Amino acid sequence: MNASAQKAMDKRKASEVKEVTLVEAVNMALAWEMEHDENVVVLGEDIATNGGVFRATVGLKERFGFKRVMDTPLAENLIAGTAIGMATQGLRPVAEFQFMGFIYAGMEQIVSHAARMRNRTRGRLHCPLVYRAPFGGGIHAPEHHSESTEALFAHVPGLRVVIPSSPQRAYGLLLAAIRNPDPVVFLEPKRIYRAVTQSVADNGEALPLDTCFTLREGDDITLISWGASILETLQAADKLAEQGISAEVIDVATISPLDRETLLCSVAKTGRAVIVHEACRNGGVGAEVAASIAEAAFLDLQAPIVRVTGYDTIMPYYRNEQAYLPHVEDIVEAVEQVIAL
Amino acid sequence: MKQRHEFHVDSTRYLDDHGKPFGDLPPQARDVERTLAAYRNMVLSRTFDSKTIALQRTGKCGTYPSVLGHEVVGTAIGQSMAKTDVLVPYYRDQAAHILRGVSLKEMLLYWGGDERGSAWENCREDLPIAVPIATQCCHAVGVASAFRIRGEHRAVVCCVGDGGSSKGDFLESINLAGAWHLPVVFMVINNQWAISTPRSIQCGAETIAQKAIGAGLPGHIVDGNDYFAVTEAVDQALERAHGGKGASVIEAVTYRLGDHTTADDATRYRSADELKKAWERDGVKRLQNYLHGCGHWGADQEKQLQAECRERVDKAVEEYLATEPEPPTAMFDYLFETLPAALQDQRERIANKYRARGGQGGAV
Ligand SMILES: Cc1ncc(C[n+]2csc(CCOP(=O)(O)OP(=O)(O)O)c2C)c(N)n1
Repeated sequence: MNASAQKAMDKRKASEVKEVTLVEAVNMALAWEMEHDENVVVLGEDIATNGGVFRATVGLKERFGFKRVMDTPLAENLIAGTAIGMATQGLRPVAEFQFMGFIYAGMEQIVSHAARMRNRTRGRLHCPLVYRAPFGGGIHAPEHHSESTEALFAHVPGLRVVIPSSPQRAYGLLLAAIRNPDPVVFLEPKRIYRAVTQSVADNGEALPLDTCFTLREGDDITLISWGASILETLQAADKLAEQGISAEVIDVATISPLDRETLLCSVAKTGRAVIVHEACRNGGVGAEVAASIAEAAFLDLQAPIVRVTGYDTIMPYYRNEQAYLPHVEDIVEAVEQVIAL
Repeated sequence: MKQRHEFHVDSTRYLDDHGKPFGDLPPQARDVERTLAAYRNMVLSRTFDSKTIALQRTGKCGTYPSVLGHEVVGTAIGQSMAKTDVLVPYYRDQAAHILRGVSLKEMLLYWGGDERGSAWENCREDLPIAVPIATQCCHAVGVASAFRIRGEHRAVVCCVGDGGSSKGDFLESINLAGAWHLPVVFMVINNQWAISTPRSIQCGAETIAQKAIGAGLPGHIVDGNDYFAVTEAVDQALERAHGGKGASVIEAVTYRLGDHTTADDATRYRSADELKKAWERDGVKRLQNYLHGCGHWGADQEKQLQAECRERVDKAVEEYLATEPEPPTAMFDYLFETLPAALQDQRERIANKYRARGGQGGAV
């Protein structure tokens, strides 16, 4: 296709607004970027012919061929490390881990190499790559398919950890992640892969990384969350509004590096904060958020910061997963408790 | 009906322990200049090595892994590779690094604890040394995949120890290289020891090279102290890789003549007798004897070379010792391409602290 034809097609496409789910938005973003940057390649288990177990990569092989859409052997460590080698050559690999519960075999590569390649070569080589993994519970999956261990990655210097909470943000943040010159761990909340649809303009427009999104403004309390829990957090805000409590809802989106500025400004306004996350409480990102607020905005606080989280247990099998996950009522109760103080 | 599958692994050796050819040498041996250059590089690596160990002993360098015994393999790799190929090294490849263009000063900076020692101004695409054992094998197949995707006729040489060949990273990587026909040469440098673990209890297979068979790759054993054997094997494997014929595994059998690192004491786990026998097979001396036997080398040349190498190394040491450390803000400056706003105050904090304490060493 010549340049002007491509432009015309882009323009037509840019006006194309589609009602899509979160996982379809992931697919749209991958397709857009692969079409516009030949360095973008995708790799992972079952991603080519099968389109991935969640179908995030469906149709890509047909459009871009096996050379750029690669089924790998079943070896997570290898997937993580191969992507690093590719990235050092200027490719922009997007590697899929079938489930976050299997990413640990690749942990050494991610932590020991992807995150530090730029630093240890004084900028000579770097890793513009994305590690995608579906994460979180609530879909009746077997063991090892439901955890939210995002804090493991948030602790690692040199990594960005990005978590979308809606189709629009999945599209915009994934584009930003692929275009980012450094490694990004992109965690997709699979519980809301297909929970809602949203209109997304397929125009290649990225959203900013390293910044929180204020989803709803309010004066009485700041609700801070990310990923699938945003859904319950927004529902809780609706319920609270019925009681006359005005909640500000912030989607952290990039959990590392953390945009403390937005969080602190909000708490300065509302004087109260409740943090909601699905992951275990101990050492979770919620603890970092709470500590940041306590350190820098202690005098703005009118009540202690409260966390609504999963328990410090192994994520139970699906019969009990609802008992583990934070619910709308849990959030509402926590807010009522904080407001009463 | 039963069907039998047969595989073989060749072993190659051209020179006896004293440097005398067993028979005809491979065609590479006709290139006297190349052979002389190889010998010079081996002596330079050895000189660098003993000097660096001395620096460590006097507190001027960090823990350092000796290259003693590996000079032949590293030199053959460095000579055989095209400039545009990519070396994915491990930590005992000093002889190869020198030929790839890594300066002695950079090597000293690296082991001296300065990240600029991996900046490698002259071989910008070679991968840095991977400290977690064998992890680099996965990077090698990634680099090779990039060449394949782009249709570039370039190859990768990936070095790993006999201990490293026990790791999943190695096995996963040769498996992928076989499945995707990637242009990689895996060099297993079998020096008989992984710290204190001897080769015999590292792996139950008769040879390490035969692991290649499981990955659908040719495996080859060479005497790692025999310059001609290693050179021929690496040349052929690179030719195969450049020609789109896929990967190879070469097991270079050698011996680690020194301690594992300057923090190790090998007398705790291996006998003096074993070490003495290993010295009798030393590849550097062997090549010297060979060159001597052909009339290409003599005592005067040796003396001159030794003096030249000492001079080069001493100069590099001087430069290294005169290099100011980077300012501590450097730890932020290469973390991401642009520093996220969230980290800017941390960078300022360290800059202020450093300034307040009268820190020197470049702009913060
Ligand atoms: C994953 C990992 N485990 C352990 C170590 C510590 N360690 C450093 S070198 C080494 C032995 C490696 O032996 P080998 O691969 O044979 O290489 P050699 O040192 O003999 O050249 C070990 C265990 C490490 N660096 N990485």
